[in-house]
Amino acid sequence: MLGSWQVAPLTAKLGRDLWRIKGQAAAIAVVIAIGVMMQVMMAGLVASLSETRDAYYQGYRLAQVFAPVARAPENLRAELTRIEGVAQAETRIVGAGRVEIEGRPLPIAARLLSLPDFGEPRLGALFPVSGRGLDASARNEALVLESFAKAHDLKLGEPLTVTMNGHRRQLTMVGRVQSPEFLYTAAPGELIPDDARFAVLWMSRSALAANYDLDGAFNEALLSLTRQARLTAVLAAVDRLLTPYGGQGAYGLEDQFSNRFVSEEIKGLEVSALVVPPIFLAIAAFLLYIVISRMVQAERQEIGLMKAFGYTNIEVGWHYMQLVLAIAFAGALLGCGLGIWAGQALIGLYTQYYKFPFLVFQMEPSAFVIGILAALGSAAAGSLFVLRRLVSLVPAEAMRPPAPADFSRSARWAQGLTGLMDQLSRMILRRLLRQPWRMAGAVLGIASGMGLTLSMLTIYAGFERALDLTFQVLDRSDASVAFLRPMPPDALSALQRLPGVWQVEAQRHVPVVLRNGRHSHKSSLTGLGHQARLLRVVDDKGRQQELPGAGLVLAKPLAKILNVQPGESLRVEVREGARPVLQIPVVGLAETLMGAPVYINLEALNRLLQQPGRINAAALEIEPGREAEVYRQLKDMPLIAGVSLQAEAKQAFETLMDQGAGAMRFVMGFMAFIITFGIVYNAARVAQAERARDLASLQILGYSHSEVAYVLLGELAVITLLAIPLGSLIGHFLSFAIAEGFSTELYQVPARFIPQTHGTAALTVLCASAVSGWLVQRGLAKRDLTAALKSRE
Amino acid sequence: MSLLSAFKRPPAALFDDPAAAKQQRGPAYITRDLTKTYGEGRSAVHALRSVDLEITQGELVVLLGPSGSGKSTLLNILGGLDRATAGQVHFLDHDLTLMNDRQLTRYRRDHVGFVFQFYNLMPSLTARENVELVTEIARQPLPADEALALVGLGERLDHFPSQLSGGEQQRVAIARAIAKQPTVLFCDEPTGALDSQTGRAVLRVLADVNRKLGTTVMIVTHAAATAAMADKVLHFADGQIRKVERNANPAAPEDIHW
Ligand SMILES: Nc1ncnc2c1ncn2[C@@H]1O[C@H](COP(=O)(O)OP(=O)(O)O)[C@@H](O)[C@H]1O
Ligand SMILES: [Mg+2]
Repeated sequence: MLGSWQVAPLTAKLGRDLWRIKGQAAAIAVVIAIGVMMQVMMAGLVASLSETRDAYYQGYRLAQVFAPVARAPENLRAELTRIEGVAQAETRIVGAGRVEIEGRPLPIAARLLSLPDFGEPRLGALFPVSGRGLDASARNEALVLESFAKAHDLKLGEPLTVTMNGHRRQLTMVGRVQSPEFLYTAAPGELIPDDARFAVLWMSRSALAANYDLDGAFNEALLSLTRQARLTAVLAAVDRLLTPYGGQGAYGLEDQFSNRFVSEEIKGLEVSALVVPPIFLAIAAFLLYIVISRMVQAERQEIGLMKAFGYTNIEVGWHYMQLVLAIAFAGALLGCGLGIWAGQALIGLYTQYYKFPFLVFQMEPSAFVIGILAALGSAAAGSLFVLRRLVSLVPAEAMRPPAPADFSRSARWAQGLTGLMDQLSRMILRRLLRQPWRMAGAVLGIASGMGLTLSMLTIYAGFERALDLTFQVLDRSDASVAFLRPMPPDALSALQRLPGVWQVEAQRHVPVVLRNGRHSHKSSLTGLGHQARLLRVVDDKGRQQELPGAGLVLAKPLAKILNVQPGESLRVEVREGARPVLQIPVVGLAETLMGAPVYINLEALNRLLQQPGRINAAALEIEPGREAEVYRQLKDMPLIAGVSLQAEAKQAFETLMDQGAGAMRFVMGFMAFIITFGIVYNAARVAQAERARDLASLQILGYSHSEVAYVLLGELAVITLLAIPLGSLIGHFLSFAIAEGFSTELYQVPARFIPQTHGTAALTVLCASAVSGWLVQRGLAKRDLTAALKSRE
Repeated sequence: MSLLSAFKRPPAALFDDPAAAKQQRGPAYITRDLTKTYGEGRSAVHALRSVDLEITQGELVVLLGPSGSGKSTLLNILGGLDRATAGQVHFLDHDLTLMNDRQLTRYRRDHVGFVFQFYNLMPSLTARENVELVTEIARQPLPADEALALVGLGERLDHFPSQLSGGEQQRVAIARAIAKQPTVLFCDEPTGALDSQTGRAVLRVLADVNRKLGTTVMIVTHAAATAAMADKVLHFADGQIRKVERNANPAAPEDIHW
């Protein structure tokens, strides 16, 4: 490798050195392995998931543009096809409805979609799971979305009671299907996916047309695009074409609910894949630095000797570098293996979670290369600092007798402190002060580990808080009711009169696109009463915000997306009714943890839309114990599109947090603990190795096992105690950064100071310290004293 | 514990006539068939082969032999640092081979001082503090300053080992070993790392300790000339005692040349 240099004896030394520090080497290799594993696993997951998603979208011809419209004649399809950039156009009928499921108190909101009577749809094909396709001549057959059917355990051939356009119909489920358009579904008005609370049914075009009075017409167009197409131009052209027919604004795939959610989740994984592995590698590099610096220190004589024999600096340096690289390489290989294993184990779960019907498995080859190179590189970088010291060592060092380390300076430092101490305590303190940078390094290392643990704990607590804030502070209703269309105010009084209903609050949700310059966001306005008490708008100090006359109160993350501040105004393109375009000032920011809502005073909203007194939703507070009674009555009210129960929404959120990208926090929490332990254990091992000779001398002088252990563990205890406050500080700030990383458009993870988590993190470090201490002091008891005296240092 | 507290401690007072005092004393150590084997089977090293020996209280013994002959092994076993493979070691009325680790620790703490070739001082403690390391746990310690004065280091008390010469470090090590007023002082090649003049000074200190404190002193060395200062010389080779010599008139360390 380096000229004709014969490595045989040094290679043997290398092997023995590795064996001597095997415990530490293994601990470091494991930390490296975890970093590389995360890299390989997450890159593999991301690659596999996005490949599978893309293949699924393409194979089943998911539309790239969706254009809802009130009622357009079928012959418009030809014109849509002619728009520049459009590859394929398909039309369909989409209807809202309700499905009654046995055993459930309330009907479930449903979407009904048409399939062509004959042949495959040009866009929006389905993946059959079981059963058969629709028979065009039968008017009462339906295909049901697999995830919904599974959630309710629906059997093929089972009758379904579906209310469409106000009419109750008996349908038969003839098949269960999956669709790339509905990987995720959520109850109406909710953001958190929930398979059970939203039904998707497909029926033949003619059957649906009859039910919704849309013979010869369609109310949604689907488009696919050519490669060169410009989305904004196509959307504008489609809107121009459909506006006369009540077009509600075409939107692209990126604004489609299911796709948006899937993409956010994959993006979350991608961010973690980018951020997490480097943390592990940096810590591993730090640990290697400590080990090698110790070894070079201990082997000054050997190094001097090698130099005296005529070895060059590079040759001697390479000898130590090989040790570092061997550990790093072993860790990296282990990491690759673990990464493949974990990736394979997880990808199956993830595919189920994302509801892909098939799996394109892909291990990202570049992840291996990057992982191994990063491991070797960071390890080498950490050790280069040490090897610099090697260069300055003169060969004469080898000829001098072993000189005791100089403590005279560090002793001066601590004169006041050591005055009243016994000799053992003095030894501890002076040694710590002799190499303050080394001590600082160990303290920093342990503190970082604790910081990582602490921030993961804070994130856990943050999820809890998101739940609490959302369902106890912001939304205190028991149920929310959505109407089929905007209703006059007496709809509210009808609800108010139901026995068992304590309180009713009017709401109006209006689909809009918000724009500020080049920033835009598809969203909906939530109109609330002046002093709504069931659904409250709260500022960052937890105080209820009143909704003033005419102005928007934006969820904070949305204000960030749109880059807008209170005092400025937004262009609001309403996507229903007459579709007015409004300019509305932003008057406040709201603290929200779920979704990115936009609040406005209900009366002001109606005034802007010139539809006074309209509502399309209501929040209900129900007398405890009378829920069933209320639900029974709601079930029979024909104009209600759906009722969603807070308890179920909360359940859905909890499920989401424990699966998918949300589950990654558990993995990371575990890793954080491993790292903390690795650092603490390493610090303990270094202390033990460096003091082997001193400790043996103490034992020879007649100090007992526990007294000697005190010298060894006292140092660890001091370092640990210093690390804890610093770890608290690091964790505090780190948790904000990590919370940011975990937050998506769908939900925000709040980070804040919670004393208990600091206590728990500190306890974790103390435990790691205690276990490490116990592990190293165990060696003291059954040690060969005479051998320890012969050992170096 | 009760076993150990029963140990008789020789008086620490100075004797007017050390030679006369020595003759009244009984044996400090008696070994029978003492054997130490490292490893097993073909690769076994027989460091001690059935050593029988007797050391009288208050004697200055020099253990002489080529390197690798088992001197350190013997010293370590007598000093309670290592265990024999077979045979017995009696110290006063007790059998070291029957003691557990805790009892051996106690034995070292109360009765034994060690001096090694490479001093083994705590680099983080000053000369005085190194001695105090022992006086803190000893039953009847000499004041640290007095112990250091005995070895001729009355002045450099607050220096750290890194600030002392090799001979000075070795004298601190001796002061540390005698400060507890040990029954026995074991010295393994105490002059091995020193020049001859410094070495003589160290030997002088050891002789003084033996004479003034009545401490039994055992010095291991491969320098034959050292034998001249001993009451008793054990010639060691191949793990066995080949010859025992007695000196009626031990020489003064100053007169030894090597
Ligand atoms: N821990 C050990 N393991 C194996 N062999 C040992 C060990 N310690 C000493 N020996 C061997 O025992 C023999 C006696 O060693 P030692 O007592 O140190 O000799 P001396 O002190 O006379 O030079 C030597 O051959 C040495 O190699
Ligand atoms: Mg020896």
